[in-house]
Amino acid sequence: MFTEELMPPTTPVTVPIDILRFNTCGSVDDGKSTLIGRLLYDSKSLMEDQIEALERSADITGGGQINLANLTDGLRAEREQGITIDVAYRYFATPRRKFIIADTPGHVQYTRNMVTGASNANLSIVLVDARLGVIEQSRRHTAIASLLRIPHLVVAVNKMDLVGWSEQRFLEIRAQFEEFLPRLDIKDVKFIPLSALNGDNVVDPSPHTPWYAGPTLLGHLETVHIASDWNLHGFRMPVQWVNRPNNPTDSALHDFRGFSGQIAGGIVRVGQKVLTLPAGVVTTVKEIWTYDGAVQEAFCPQSVTLVLADDIDISRGSMIIGPDYLPGFTTELHAEVCWMHSRPLQAGRKYFLKHTTHTVQVIVTELVNQLKVATLESVPNPASLAMNDIGEIRLRTAKPIVFDGYNVNRLTGSFILIEQGTNATVAAGMLLPPRETVKSENGDYVI
Amino acid sequence: MTSYHLDHLQHLETEAIHIMREVAGEFERPALLFSGGKDSICLLRLAEKAFRPSDLPMPLLNVDTGHHFPELNEFRDRRATQLGAKLIVRKVEDAIAQGIATVAPGEISRNRLQIPTLLAAIEEFRFDCCIGGARRDEEKARAKERFFSFRDAFGQWDPKNQRPEIWNLYNGRLNPGENMRVFPLSNWTEMDVWEYIQREKLEVPSIYFSHQRSCVRRAGQWLPVNDLVPPKPNEEVRDLVVRVRTIGDIISTGCVESPASTVADIIAEIAAARVTERGSRADDKASEAAMEDRKKAGYF
Repeated sequence: MFTEELMPPTTPVTVPIDILRFNTCGSVDDGKSTLIGRLLYDSKSLMEDQIEALERSADITGGGQINLANLTDGLRAEREQGITIDVAYRYFATPRRKFIIADTPGHVQYTRNMVTGASNANLSIVLVDARLGVIEQSRRHTAIASLLRIPHLVVAVNKMDLVGWSEQRFLEIRAQFEEFLPRLDIKDVKFIPLSALNGDNVVDPSPHTPWYAGPTLLGHLETVHIASDWNLHGFRMPVQWVNRPNNPTDSALHDFRGFSGQIAGGIVRVGQKVLTLPAGVVTTVKEIWTYDGAVQEAFCPQSVTLVLADDIDISRGSMIIGPDYLPGFTTELHAEVCWMHSRPLQAGRKYFLKHTTHTVQVIVTELVNQLKVATLESVPNPASLAMNDIGEIRLRTAKPIVFDGYNVNRLTGSFILIEQGTNATVAAGMLLPPRETVKSENGDYVI
Repeated sequence: MTSYHLDHLQHLETEAIHIMREVAGEFERPALLFSGGKDSICLLRLAEKAFRPSDLPMPLLNVDTGHHFPELNEFRDRRATQLGAKLIVRKVEDAIAQGIATVAPGEISRNRLQIPTLLAAIEEFRFDCCIGGARRDEEKARAKERFFSFRDAFGQWDPKNQRPEIWNLYNGRLNPGENMRVFPLSNWTEMDVWEYIQREKLEVPSIYFSHQRSCVRRAGQWLPVNDLVPPKPNEEVRDLVVRVRTIGDIISTGCVESPASTVADIIAEIAAARVTERGSRADDKASEAAMEDRKKAGYF
């Protein structure tokens, strides 16, 4: 280590730029779109033609003033109604990081969009209007962020200018949050007082908050520690596509049979033993093929093609797994779901379940409970789950699936439900940890 | 100790490869829209990374407006041959001749006429999925689009009724006649595209680099003088050193004055740019909702 540090660098040291994905959520008029507009504007991420387009539309919607919300409200109906209908994605970069923003609407009927925008996020920003404090929507959005296991949460207390920059008010809102946060599964929460409209504490520190010693919003986004949200324990690769060249000109490829997929967890190395499911056969990794050449090891979330030592029945939907940290493998599932369709969920209904690269038929056998967002309490045995409801359910699949608990692996612990006939995506599901995992007995794996 | 870290381009790459393979796994008859432009050049490299050593499991499709830059078509054909890929070209002219596309009185642009031409090609080959190179950072209606963008039997996009897209689970199920547009570069920015071109040492058509061209000034833009864009009597023709930043039709793509002659120059230029890429496209300036309206009608 020391010698390395003393050596003069032969090539310029480049810090790998990483990506922070975050979403913003709040109620109507909390100023989400304005906040994003302010982040882009003050971080100099806006271009002249975008500012020009804003100015062109200012007279229509902004009463002569530039309306920063027009930057994200991309659809005509949104501009006319002054609301955000669908998730809008925005991109900007600072010298420290690249950012992907999902602006998720606050309307109660569009909560499914928050799930869409937040499912891949490292961080969620929940906006609160300083005048109103915590309302049901704040609890709902925080609960969804917790349910989705988003690692970091920022509570942006907006419109502080309208409460006279009162520290007292800021602390009250913080206390309102801290009342229900212990009931949720969120490890890292940051409270920031700001005004999106005027730009206080968004990019530049505010002169109005001498009592606040923390970072600005952008300062926090640039420095929050996101080192690997990816699971590096327990190798998992759902097979997406069987790679078999037809009539290759290169004779070395005549017998090539590779399994292509994105690693959903852990690390794989040439020569290691792997278990293939549902075949239940153990084999060895012969080669890790990539377009840029063969590699000795690969890790989550890389996309690779594995060549195995033995000829095994593997197709799309199969999973190749490492011998440590074994997964569940069953037809009986227990999960938390967010229901996203106007036709409510009732026990006995059949759907398609898409999990990793595998789609199977499924029947919902039981509605275990419903989470009441207003109180964060569970009510057992609901008759149905309506649009935007969250609850625990049990399901039975037509074929067993290979899975982990969502709390340890987002990619092998998540699923969607698809309505048969309309093909609508009706639910987002997070699997609870398996009660039993695949077991190893004398070198064989028992299911 | 090995660092298990992916930088931003590697993240975007593995996300895009995953999406390409989902298309190959879930659709019967996919196609990849390839124009020869910089975004679709990246798409092709990602397809190679997703599917090699096999052949690409889908043909390339291009709608030729008849107003393309000749350099672009030459590049398109050459690149398809290099890859051993099947290239299908459908021309707006033929669609007009066959009555598939109808020209409005005085309509010179082929922009709108691409739509019926594309939809007819989808029907002709019964494609159930078209992979395109659109990016969300290009335009604000695009910013609302999913990776898997569902189109009804008329090819229409309904922005208020999009399928929720959660984690990396894409719902590709269709009923007969319906269609999916898939955009693996959704999360890429213009800068990411050029950085990827640089990292992968990809060839791009020569018009992206600085060259001498006769231009006229129209509506705040330098338009290239050619048979379709003759100078008007009162217009001054200037010989300028220019390049194109985005490639559309030869009649609506503005040239920017630039000395950038390498990919590194272009990256430096974009880093310092003060207008967006589509700021040089007249088709998007038509109205606030120009792109939204075209997409609802079946545009890419």
